[in-house]
Amino acid sequence: MGANAVKKIHVSTTINGEPREFLCEPGQVLSEVLRLTLDLTGTKEGCTTGDCGACSVTLDGALVCSCLVLAAETEGREIGTVEGVARGGELHPVQQKILEHAALQCGICTPGIVVSAKALLEQNPDPSEEEVRYWLAGNLCRCTGYDKIIRAVLDAAATMREEAP
Amino acid sequence: MPSVAYTAPTSLQEAAQALAGTDNARVLAGGTDLLVQMRLGLREPALLVDVKRIPELTSIDLDGERLLLGAAVPGAVVTADPDIGRLFPGFQEGLGLIGSSQIQGRASVGGNLCNASPAADSVPSLIVNRARCHILGTQGTRSVAAEDFNTGPASNCLAPGEMLVAVEFPLPAARSSDAYLRFIPRTEMDIAVAGAAVALTLDESGVCTDARVAIGAVAPTALLVPAAAEALIGGSLDEASLQQAAAAASEAARPITDKRGTVEYRKTVVGVLVRRAAVIARDRALAMEG
Repeated sequence: MGANAVKKIHVSTTINGEPREFLCEPGQVLSEVLRLTLDLTGTKEGCTTGDCGACSVTLDGALVCSCLVLAAETEGREIGTVEGVARGGELHPVQQKILEHAALQCGICTPGIVVSAKALLEQNPDPSEEEVRYWLAGNLCRCTGYDKIIRAVLDAAATMREEAP
Repeated sequence: MPSVAYTAPTSLQEAAQALAGTDNARVLAGGTDLLVQMRLGLREPALLVDVKRIPELTSIDLDGERLLLGAAVPGAVVTADPDIGRLFPGFQEGLGLIGSSQIQGRASVGGNLCNASPAADSVPSLIVNRARCHILGTQGTRSVAAEDFNTGPASNCLAPGEMLVAVEFPLPAARSSDAYLRFIPRTEMDIAVAGAAVALTLDESGVCTDARVAIGAVAPTALLVPAAAEALIGGSLDEASLQQAAAAASEAARPITDKRGTVEYRKTVVGVLVRRAAVIARDRALAMEG
């Protein structure tokens, strides 16, 4: 079967709470479909081999690299991307604290860090600095601004604990 | 990604048919090895059979006799499971060392085994806990011991058309526990230079009545080391028996020299790891008393 003969697959999925449908090739990865087909370019492609974390999304609540998920696998699943993190124009505490701490330089790693840190705080509202560092070990920042990122996430955690009922 | 077809069967029978019906079909579980290998041009399968919609591959089933763990269950699910943490803490630790949070969200127990890396962090623990690997093929099912599953680097015992369905752990006896340690030159996100798993059982007086020792990253496959276990059995893990177990592991290791370590270094370190893992497993087994 030649590359041109590959039959496209129709996928119905949910992205950031909204039902979405798309066509993809069987071998296409989710990060590519998010960016090129669905125009959700907040998800970044860095290494495309699962090492850098720039393409982090949630899949049925689990944090994953979207470059290592086939788009076809997401039929009937729930995808969460960085575009779904802010609510109605209001930034999520992780986003707000990254701004306040100036915890980004070039910004390519930032969407992945936002998605990853949010996933951490949802399962562990009071992480230690060490826990944040280990959790974010799969999100590489080539500007190496790690300290500010860690401080921003810890600050966001504290804010979220104060706001929690 | 090169041209490939995709199917997501919802039953074992459909999966077996899909695998048997296409030359060069590959099982897709978490994809953290396979999709990278495809991206790098190391594998070009004609068909990917996504097994994550098959209940037997994605469930954890614990009863009074055994734990049955679906081959496609991701590491993050295993590391969050309190029953597995209580029964097989060392196995859980091994899976928790594989890659990043993102990788653990997808990388599966069965994938770590089938990928057959000599340094796979969950495999020594499968071996010491006497896990059986349940395999389905067109001719029916069979099961093999974890230590017999892999046959060399990137090579396992699966025949074309066969797939790993689940791994089955017999439940440990009273006062039993396990531990896994690996050595890497950093603190995380690395591949083992050497690894060691120990599972053992103590009697009421703290004497070791049963033990299994396995070592990783120091031979073409993870190795069961009966001589190291024999050194531990019958005593209470005193200095002499720990030294003897370490020496037996160093002796059994058949490592290569590569960028992660030399033959001499790996043989020495694997003995140290066996000794330390044995002490951790003993302390855990003692803590379970009462």
